[in-house]
Amino acid sequence: MSAESLIPPVLEARTLGKTLGGNRVLDAVSLALPKGCVKVLIGPSGAGKSTLLQCLNFLIPPDSGTILLEGREVNGKSRRELCALRQQVGMIFQDFNLFDHLSALENVRVALMKVKGMSKLDAGELALAELARVGLADKAALYPANLSGGQKQRVAIARALAMDPKVMLLDEPTSALDPELIGEVLAVIRDLAQNGMTMIVATHQISFSASLADEFLFMEKGRVIESGSPTELLRRDSGSRTLAFCAKISELSGEADEMGAESLI
Amino acid sequence: MDFTVAYNAAHEALPYMLGGVVWTVGLIVGAMLLGLLLGVPLAVLHVYGPWPVRRAVSVYVWLFRGIPILVQMYIFYFGLLSWLSGMPLFSGLGLDSPFVAAVLVLGLTSSAYQSQIFRGAIQSLPAGQLKAARALGMTDPQAIRAVILPQALRLAIPAWSNEYSILLKDSALAFTIGVVEIMARMRAIASTTHEPVSMTFLAGIIFFALTWVGVKALSLLENRVRIAGYTRQGAA
Repeated sequence: MSAESLIPPVLEARTLGKTLGGNRVLDAVSLALPKGCVKVLIGPSGAGKSTLLQCLNFLIPPDSGTILLEGREVNGKSRRELCALRQQVGMIFQDFNLFDHLSALENVRVALMKVKGMSKLDAGELALAELARVGLADKAALYPANLSGGQKQRVAIARALAMDPKVMLLDEPTSALDPELIGEVLAVIRDLAQNGMTMIVATHQISFSASLADEFLFMEKGRVIESGSPTELLRRDSGSRTLAFCAKISELSGEADEMGAESLI
Repeated sequence: MDFTVAYNAAHEALPYMLGGVVWTVGLIVGAMLLGLLLGVPLAVLHVYGPWPVRRAVSVYVWLFRGIPILVQMYIFYFGLLSWLSGMPLFSGLGLDSPFVAAVLVLGLTSSAYQSQIFRGAIQSLPAGQLKAARALGMTDPQAIRAVILPQALRLAIPAWSNEYSILLKDSALAFTIGVVEIMARMRAIASTTHEPVSMTFLAGIIFFALTWVGVKALSLLENRVRIAGYTRQGAA
């Protein structure tokens, strides 16, 4: 664990618990995201990664525990506080969730107008700039049905970034994509990380996230059972659960074959 | 049966019958709009409201779907509205007119059916739509207005056009309380001309034409508001 600094983490979760349908999906999970850090959640499906991310912005209200935004506890019962929190916490979903009836530009613009109260003109200008940032300025007029999966996810990222969030939650951003489309989305995420965005990413893209992450959090059965830097956890003799898991999924996806086992790190 | 006589009788009766179209159109437009105005909020409350509200909507829907329109027409015209218009507060508002009673009954009944059309459309949207809107900081009312309803209303047009064609024919029941729409005129002119069969045919043709026009218009609307490249499952 890093030393406590004077600046509180951008987002912090303390002992989050959640039970769904009799299952303990989250069991006293704590984590902190200091400014500019990138943390990666890995673990088998059903481990609670997605639930954890959605509890961080109360899309799924946790049963117990607290969320702190820049050191201030968020009252999950107050709608105003929830909306304020969510404006500052961008979220990216596995299946994009673009608004199907709106063009790419309108997708990015709508919350700027509704939530931030910007004029249509200002919101449109900002939306176009955000689309340009993810390389999609020329697709602004297209509807989601006419965009590829990779383009949809990039629009979703532009939509989240337009709100000027302090932290981004990415829930398996490339899991629903065809293999040849993953690269363009990863490039955008890498760009974000390099520009200092605070992020937590649930992903199965091990080598990519290892090159980006400050910390890996390995989840299983609703708990974070291992955490540490990727180099530490993925060292061949580390004997970590993380290494065993990553070796397995890399083998399955052919990642290890292409790049050699060392490229895990 | 002499077809020439029947045809001539129908031809002569046409202007009088078409005068009833004005009333029928008034009934159906008024009732569909009232049904829409109430049906959309009812659907939203039925899906997103807290449980006592959902239960209340449910009771409302059961009541209006469960009581025959004819019975409601009697209750409203001879009972409720004539009693209300006798009160000083409501006198002079024309509440005792059969047309008002008929529009209210048809509109309230339709709102119950329409609420279920819109509820189905709302619930057919992927859950991720609302999630994404909330994640951007929208309140639920904002998300419903900007994200949910624009999609749900589009999806609801085919079922709404079905509701139109059903309600149009239900509107014929308004003759029982004295609205001089197509059906009422058909009966009146059938008894004076002694040509009930041809008058009934004529009424049928007029109702068919009104159905065709309305359904066609709604299908044009459906195409007009279609989202580029977005087709519902099963569509080509």
